[in-house]
Amino acid sequence: MTTTLMSYDDAIAAFDPAMGLEVHVELNTATKMFCGCPTEFGAEPNTQTCPTCLGLPGSLPVVNRKAVESAIRIGLALNCEIAAWCRFARKNYFYPDMPKNFQTSQYDEPIAFDGFLDVEVEGETFRVEIERAHMEEDTGKSLHVGGSTGRIQGADYSLVDYNRAGIPLIEIVTRPITGMGAKAPAVARAYVATLRDLLLGLGVSDVRMEQGSMRCDVNLSLAPSGSDKLGTRTETKNVNSLRSVERAARYEVSRQATLLSAGESILQETRHWHEDTGVTTSGREKSDADDYRYFPEPDLVPMAPPTEWVEELRAALPEPLRVQRARLQAVWGFTDLEMRDVVASDAVGLIEQTVTAGSSAQAARKWWVSELTRRANEDGIELAELPITPQQVARIQALVDEGSINDKLARQVFDGVLAGEGEPDGVVAARGLAVVSDDAALGEAVDRAIAANPDVAEKIRDGKVAAAGALIGAVMAQMRGQADAGRVRELILEKLAP
Amino acid sequence: MPEISRDEVRHLADLARIELDDAELDHLAPQLSVILESIASIAGVAAADIPPTSHALPLTNVYRDDVVVPCLTAEQALSGAPASEQQRFSVPRILGDEQ
Amino acid sequence: MTLLKKSAAEFAAMLAAGDVTSVELTQACLDRIAAVDGAVHSFLYVDAEGALAQAAASDARRAAGTPASELDGVPIAVKDVLATQGLPTTCGSKILEGWIPPYDATVVARLKAAGLPILGKTNMDEFAMGSSTEHSAYGPTHNPWDLDRIPGGSGGGSAAAVAAFEAPLAIGTDTGGSIRQPGAVTGTVGLKPTYGGISRYGLVAMANSLDQVGPVTRTVLDSALLHEVIGGHDPLDSTSIDQPLPALVAAARDGASGDLSGLRVGVIAELRGEGYQAGVQQRFDEAVALLVGAGAEVVEVSCPSFAHALAAYYLIMPSEASSNLARFDAMRYGLRVVPDGDPSAEDVMRATRDAGFGDEVKRRIILGTYALSSGYYDAYYGQAQKVRTLISQDFAAAFDLADVLVSPTAPTTAFRIGEKLDDPLAMYLNDVATIPANLAGIPGISIPAGLAPEDGLPVGFQVLAPALADDRLYRVGAALEALLEKQWGAPLLSQAPELTPAVEPVETSGGAA
Repeated sequence: MTTTLMSYDDAIAAFDPAMGLEVHVELNTATKMFCGCPTEFGAEPNTQTCPTCLGLPGSLPVVNRKAVESAIRIGLALNCEIAAWCRFARKNYFYPDMPKNFQTSQYDEPIAFDGFLDVEVEGETFRVEIERAHMEEDTGKSLHVGGSTGRIQGADYSLVDYNRAGIPLIEIVTRPITGMGAKAPAVARAYVATLRDLLLGLGVSDVRMEQGSMRCDVNLSLAPSGSDKLGTRTETKNVNSLRSVERAARYEVSRQATLLSAGESILQETRHWHEDTGVTTSGREKSDADDYRYFPEPDLVPMAPPTEWVEELRAALPEPLRVQRARLQAVWGFTDLEMRDVVASDAVGLIEQTVTAGSSAQAARKWWVSELTRRANEDGIELAELPITPQQVARIQALVDEGSINDKLARQVFDGVLAGEGEPDGVVAARGLAVVSDDAALGEAVDRAIAANPDVAEKIRDGKVAAAGALIGAVMAQMRGQADAGRVRELILEKLAP
Repeated sequence: MPEISRDEVRHLADLARIELDDAELDHLAPQLSVILESIASIAGVAAADIPPTSHALPLTNVYRDDVVVPCLTAEQALSGAPASEQQRFSVPRILGDEQ
Repeated sequence: MTLLKKSAAEFAAMLAAGDVTSVELTQACLDRIAAVDGAVHSFLYVDAEGALAQAAASDARRAAGTPASELDGVPIAVKDVLATQGLPTTCGSKILEGWIPPYDATVVARLKAAGLPILGKTNMDEFAMGSSTEHSAYGPTHNPWDLDRIPGGSGGGSAAAVAAFEAPLAIGTDTGGSIRQPGAVTGTVGLKPTYGGISRYGLVAMANSLDQVGPVTRTVLDSALLHEVIGGHDPLDSTSIDQPLPALVAAARDGASGDLSGLRVGVIAELRGEGYQAGVQQRFDEAVALLVGAGAEVVEVSCPSFAHALAAYYLIMPSEASSNLARFDAMRYGLRVVPDGDPSAEDVMRATRDAGFGDEVKRRIILGTYALSSGYYDAYYGQAQKVRTLISQDFAAAFDLADVLVSPTAPTTAFRIGEKLDDPLAMYLNDVATIPANLAGIPGISIPAGLAPEDGLPVGFQVLAPALADDRLYRVGAALEALLEKQWGAPLLSQAPELTPAVEPVETSGGAA
């Protein structure tokens, strides 16, 4: 496909997108879904396995109670019904990273169903309907050897590590979302971001997209503007950052619109998102051959969560996101516009942590929303992925507050921390950024400035205090900006007292 | 119940990842037809309101606590592997997509 | 040889009394295996060294006065479908040739904990798919009563090992009759417990919702003793029943008195008549008469849905099996066949599964794949599960009228090796009387009922009880066993032809009966 893509604006003028999102979340339970192996990320390969998660002949699964509890809590937080009775089912297909060649999942009896999640985009609220949230298990991970890219295509062979196999997953599936118009990509991003914050608030997952503990599939189709007929959808798999969710949705809108406008049809298929090039490419075609032969898992007994248990979990849920945000906005004293920017920058949690670390809310907002968001955008990464912690931001602000540095120097401290030069205090010392407030040094500079500007000095002696600004500027120039401006002013006025 | 065709057997074998040659197809297809014919009687035996039984005994809510138990060592895990490398199971090149 | 003809209970008593050591007993079994297994082929693997080491440890415990269980030191054979750490486990299949599990099945762990030396692994139909043990990839097992005949299946190896006095005890598994039918055709005792009564952890699954492990023995009391060692709740098996076993040994001892006053026995009308060999029916009827003589009240019960049991079974079992056997794909363990050229993982899977699975396994995988396919699920698998409900309802109604139900275990005596090998349907009919119990999850036992007059081969008598009432099987089984042996003057196996051992095993003092 070498034709030029239609621009997003043109695409949206001609077509209405409909979108469905499937999010897989790895739970942060201590053990796997069906066995007692640990779930720690980054362990040596194949050291966190047992007969069950390796699928050895004869092994049997036993359900992790905590995983069921987390699934129910997620369902409740998403305003879902909780199944009074449901089962696991086997989804049968062959793949080398799946030890049993079936995935133990849920099919037509999900633990949670019929919920919703409200998300905000530019002040507008979209209600995303949740079709279902169900439990399943993760697969192993393959390392592809040979070939040029380390990708699966063209590899000579693959090496499989089953540490991840059997880690509990919750798959959250939305109903098709329509009526978004041009905001579809932003809605996709806002949904995933809101869902992530909700899961973080529940404490059920690390939700680290970069580590794969939260993964998103974007289903998207187009219908001609004004038509209520759903078009053929594509399923873009494993879109693994908020930015990519938005970009992938945007790309698919343009790509599909280009094809449809040329009179071609959309192939119902799986597509792959390429972070580096910003395009999706064709994966395997969806067809009748995808016959998963689901049937109830005979090795596990049905789950019938008692009402008392569900109600106990409901009562213990944290406050809803919307309530939490309203509360934070009041406590922080942000205007509606400021809060909207904070949410759009995905900085609520970061600001909360920065405030906890001792910063004022306004200062935290200033750094995260203007300074750091700009830098993240320049680097094409998420705000949270910047190599700086809320604690470090709070420390830089503390240095400003105590007069050790000023805002201009603070930006240089950010440069240093982001460049990996260490903690803020170390960067200040190493780069020699501390403001000079030593009277002896400042006094000498002030004397030189007075000597060099006798007429200005005279005006000040005559009581024209406003003229001090010119002398302060001269001192700052001598000190390369690293002077404590307040103290300089005091010294000038002392020396030139009438 | 329709008789099971040779092509259908070939398709099913394909779904089940079994390479059947022509001789095997000739041998198995008619046998499968006979078996299917004999179990065709089951269609329509049970009324719609009869609940299906997936488990012999009506147990529910069997869970374990979220407590780590000792794993196999990597050596044990890999002990049966036809091939391994870098403490991982070595498998031939994988067709198709990353799942 | 005389020593080996004793029961496990007798061995236990001799070990306790110091009349024999476990090492002597284990060595005697190993000698017997060496002498006759060339002809019978019960074993796929014999672990002489391991068994003798376990026997020596048992003798040390006995000497210290701290036996691990009543059966401590009594050797046992284990069907090759149970994972044994450090011992090959093939399930009778080429695809698992050489696989050595890194873990023990719960049943195996319990045998070890109770001190029973494990002699080795017994032959079986590949992945327990069959009724004759002819579908083993390692060659058939022969019936000790007539080496040209099948020993039943799938657990023909375990039944033949016990019948040929190679082992006093064995472990079997029963999905549609694989413990009871071999018991019937070899003149031994085989019991399938209530589903969930004995852990399936480490049992390589054929059909998870039907499979159960159970004892294979020569006497009803031995079965109860072994059942109490291996049974009971296992947290590693989600379908395991979390309550204590009934008093099984006590029920067997109680039943041996031969008094069945007040017992209501239901004869299942659908499991007799056409298709049942005359001599089988005759011995069955005589046994029922003996029960009446012992004070039981006999009624006829009807289970009309049993007509569909075989069809339901041949949909559910292959469906579950097709999924269970998907894991044998040459990636993590077992056989790997690499075709020429530059094969992909898929190519290797296909070639390996073609080379590694036998015909019967392929038939069932394809049948199961078909039954689960989206277009057919409701018509086949869904219907089969409903029929399962109907069968349970039939049983429930019958158990309103009777405390236990009875039938012949198998419609015929042992057929000749090769006779039904390529006629799957005829083979499947062997399980017609045993399958309903698996579908309903209820316990069943087969005990020897005598020899069919027309061919002189053993006939099995099946007793079924409601779920969790396994003790009733032991009470009734022990009573019938006692009454029959009183008529015969000795256990049925004493009428079996002597296999001609190459070497006469060492007799021990006090071993003569």
